[in-house]
Formats: sequence, structure tokens, C-alpha cells
Amino acid sequence: MAGILVYALHDDEGNFNKNSLGAISEAAKLAGQIGGEATALVVGDVADDAAAGLGKYGAAKVYRAKNVPEGLAQPIVDAMAKVIGDNGISYALFGGGLLGFEIGAGLTARLGAGVTMEVTAVKVQDGKLVAERPILQDSEIADVGYVSEPGIIIGRLNAFDINETGGTAAVEDVEVELSPWSTKATMVQRGEQRGADVNIEDADILVGGGRGLGAAEGFKLAEELAESMGGAVAATRAVVDAGWYPYAAQIGQTGKTVAPKLYLAAGISGAIQHKVGMQNSENILAINKDPNAPIFEFSDLGVVGDLHKIVPKLTEAIKAKKGG
Amino acid sequence: MKICVLVKEVPDAAVQKRIDPSTMRLDRSGEKNLNPFDTHALEAAMQIKEGGAIPVEEVVAVTMGPDSAVRALHKAVALGADRSVQLTDDALAGSDVCATGYSLAKVLESESPDLVLLGQQSDDGECYTIGAVVADHLQMPSLTQVIKIDVTDGKLRCERQAEYGYDTVEIELPAVISVGDAINEPRYPSLKAIMGAKKKPLDNKGAGDVGIDAGQVGEAGSKTKVLALNPPPAKEAGEIIEDEDTNETVEKIVAWLDERKLI
Repeated sequence: MAGILVYALHDDEGNFNKNSLGAISEAAKLAGQIGGEATALVVGDVADDAAAGLGKYGAAKVYRAKNVPEGLAQPIVDAMAKVIGDNGISYALFGGGLLGFEIGAGLTARLGAGVTMEVTAVKVQDGKLVAERPILQDSEIADVGYVSEPGIIIGRLNAFDINETGGTAAVEDVEVELSPWSTKATMVQRGEQRGADVNIEDADILVGGGRGLGAAEGFKLAEELAESMGGAVAATRAVVDAGWYPYAAQIGQTGKTVAPKLYLAAGISGAIQHKVGMQNSENILAINKDPNAPIFEFSDLGVVGDLHKIVPKLTEAIKAKKGG
Repeated sequence: MKICVLVKEVPDAAVQKRIDPSTMRLDRSGEKNLNPFDTHALEAAMQIKEGGAIPVEEVVAVTMGPDSAVRALHKAVALGADRSVQLTDDALAGSDVCATGYSLAKVLESESPDLVLLGQQSDDGECYTIGAVVADHLQMPSLTQVIKIDVTDGKLRCERQAEYGYDTVEIELPAVISVGDAINEPRYPSLKAIMGAKKKPLDNKGAGDVGIDAGQVGEAGSKTKVLALNPPPAKEAGEIIEDEDTNETVEKIVAWLDERKLI
């Protein structure tokens, strides 16, 4: 059976991750073309109807490993390896996200399988899957094929669209024996929110702040600029991890995805992990002192200069214009 | 305990990177440097060693790469590693992630480390996966993109950001941990350390020395194959303003915003 298995990640309330749902829809489309089924794996205490509900996105069957904890990769590698081996599955597909990277990588070692990551699209050639992976700061796209099965495909964030086709999946419980090393990491606390709760997803105008702001105090410049335009402030992962700005304002790979009318990037280099969270903004304006910053390659207006000089004057000019 | 830090030589950030169309591999000629993410892993190793919560006998820098990669090892030693190991073999050229992870695991196995540290990604491959591949081969617990490590009672308490916020995870040793760049500010090597780096022991190992099965590595042993390279969908290049006179720059920005009815 030339099936495709998708790992469906869920949070502590049982909500499935939308990147996982997108991966299921993508798998269903591809499975039809290579002559197989799309199946999904869920771990932990997922209710029958929640598991069966993944059929709505295209899963023909859902494997449920109740004894496997959610949130850490290695126990899920055990579960995926078992389901792939027992059912002769040809490909494992992951939506974007940290855990998918870790599980996919672990499976690569476990199964001696080829892996492609940061995949933005998957196509079928001669009945086999070929992954499209942008490389060298997205300047080229490599078509990557698999020499043998199974093959592992790890998507980039937001790579796969959710497609609701309706339907209910059969649910099959699987008993998974955990590897000794899979039980040596223990989740102490999952999903802790740090810093104030801010809403950036509904803003039409976002000022994104990165390392170029220089310090936590630098965010004052971004806040004043955002305020002058009636917008909100977002941040890169680097500055959130450094404690300069709250986690709720983070955009990118492990943060939020936004598409405002204007995204004004202040001191943001434009690493792929950030780009995937904001590249669909209608207008992108970047201010950065490094003329080689990747952000200039996907901004509509790029300003090469010192933001500490430009931003305060820009804030004043916008205020004056609005006031006048 | 013994800490092994995986390091990699990558093209310097300023070098325009390209793929050699005849091999479909990254053209690695030109100026090279130690992968910047690896300096955070080395710093993390030094902080554990200096922190004293657990005695660290040695920090060993380990790399896989051609002869030139020795310079990355010299840098790693200048940053504090006690010695280094280089796995180099023509048979390894063209290895994909699966084959590279296997090879690194084999060379690490020969060192029996209690902790393996590495940077969360390489500057050239933009790949976040090697740590988890190596860990499964070594049958050790692992965590990637870690931004805080505390050693307590012989275990590691690690923090990292995942899909839903910050996770705190307790991990038993031996373990494989990849670190994010927010974990620390790497130190600068002292002149004395730079001068002394070449005198520190460096072991050269071939694939056979660490028991690598030649059939599982190199281009022939890889499980993925680059079939083609295509340009990305064309995107209209944006306008660029060089800030010379800031008042003028601001005027241009405001006009641009105004045109699009954004203010």
C-alpha cells in the first residue's frame, strides 16, 4: 500500500494544529495520485470523534497511540516507525513546526530513510513524490526525489492549505512500545506563555522589531511608530527569546502568521523562520542598516539606513501628516 | 563528564553561495568560517564546564568535512575546546542528511560522550535536523532549539520554544542537545588561545576507523537525490532607498505610504 502518514499535532485542549490539518489535506491529494490512502497518527488521549473528525480533511484512517505522550518527539518517532512498518506506508509528511522537524529527523535515523525539510510543495513524478525545497535563502528551488521508501517530507510553515472534503476517518488504536531512550526526556511544563498578552493577528498595520533595535528599550521606537499609524508591534523570535518583547507578539516558525496591509520591519534581517510568518503581508517596508539583509529581497520598499535615526523622524512626520 | 560539540565549516556569510550544477552540491570554494550557530554550542559547553554543577573532564570539538575543515576545529579549540576530532574521508562526499547523521553518530560513538551539543542549524544548509538524527542513532534522548540549560542532580533542565509557547523539559544524560542562538553570547577567543589552538591535540579519523559502513554514506549511500534546480517564481524587485539625508528619506517613505493609503 503506497500510503502517506501524517502526524497530527494537538495542544493540551485537544485542538489540532492547522499546519497538521494542511498536511493531511495535502497527503489526501497526493495519495490519490500515487494510488494509496492518506492516514494520520495522533498520540495521547484524543477522543474518538476528534480523531474520526480528521477524516474531514482527507484522512481515510487515523491511528491513535494512547500510551504515547504528546509534545516530545522521540516517543512519537516510536509510534510513527511502528505504524509505517506495520502498514507498509511509503511516505511520512509533516506540516511546519518544530516538532515535525524533530520527529521527521528521528525517523530518518530509525528507518534509514531519506528526508527533505523546509518543503514548500510536493509533486508526483512517475508515481513517486518529489519534494520542492527552496535553498540558499530561497534563491533556488531543488526538486528532491527519494531513492527508496519510505521517504520523509517536512513542510515549511503554511506550505500546505487546509481543504475540507468532508468524511469520517476510521480510528484504529495502536499499542506502541517506547524505546528506552524515548522515556528519558520528561515534559515539566508545556506551552508556557511569557510576557503580556497582545493581539497582533487582527492588526492592519504591524511594526515588526528585530535585533537591530539594539535592546529591549529599542522597542519604544517601534511602539511609538506603530501608535502613530494606529498599528500594533510584533517581534522576531530572536528578540522574544532574548526577553525584549512578549512571546504573544512573535511572528514566524514557532510564532504567529500574519498578513496585515502593512508590515514595517525595523531591524529585522529576514531569516526564513521569520519570513514564513509574514511574507503574505500586502505591503512590506523594511528598514535595515545591512544592505545585504535578506529582507530586502522580499520587501516592496527597502530603506538602507540606521533605524535609530530614521524611525523617530518617521514617527514625527506621520503624526504631523495625520494632524494636518 | 565528557562533552562533544559538533561543529561545521561553512562558507563565510559574505560569500555569495551557489550550487555547482555538475554535482548539484553547494560550491564550497571561497572563504570559509566556523558555522556561527556552533559558537553558541561551544559557549554552552564552556558555561557548563565553568558552572561547576557537574564536573566536566573535557570538551571535544568534532567535525566531519574535508581537509580545510581543520580551521573550524582550530577556531573551536580557540573558543575553549580541549581537543578536536576530524572525520574526513572521500567516501563521505555528497552524503545527505540521513548519511551525514549516521556518520556523525559513528564518530561520536568512538568518543562515548555524556553530552553532545550542537548549533540548531548550519548557516549553509538551513537544516535543523542533524541533532535529532544523531540522537536516534546514539539511542540518546534529545531536544533541539534549546535556549536555556541548567544542570541539576546530574540531569539537564532545558527550555525551548515549541508550537504553543515555552516548554521546560528534563533530560537524563547521556543526551544530544541542539542550542538556539538566544542561549548565550559567545565569548571572543583570546590572542593566546588563538595562538595555542594549533598545539592542541587533533585526531584524524577515516570512515573505516569509526566503523562506518561505506554502503550507507556518500552520494551512493544517500536516500535522497536532487533531481533538478529551478528558479523560484519571479517576484518583482522592490524599490530601495539608501539613507543619505534622513529628512529626505522620511519624506519618501511617507509618500510611499500615502500612495498606498496606509496612513
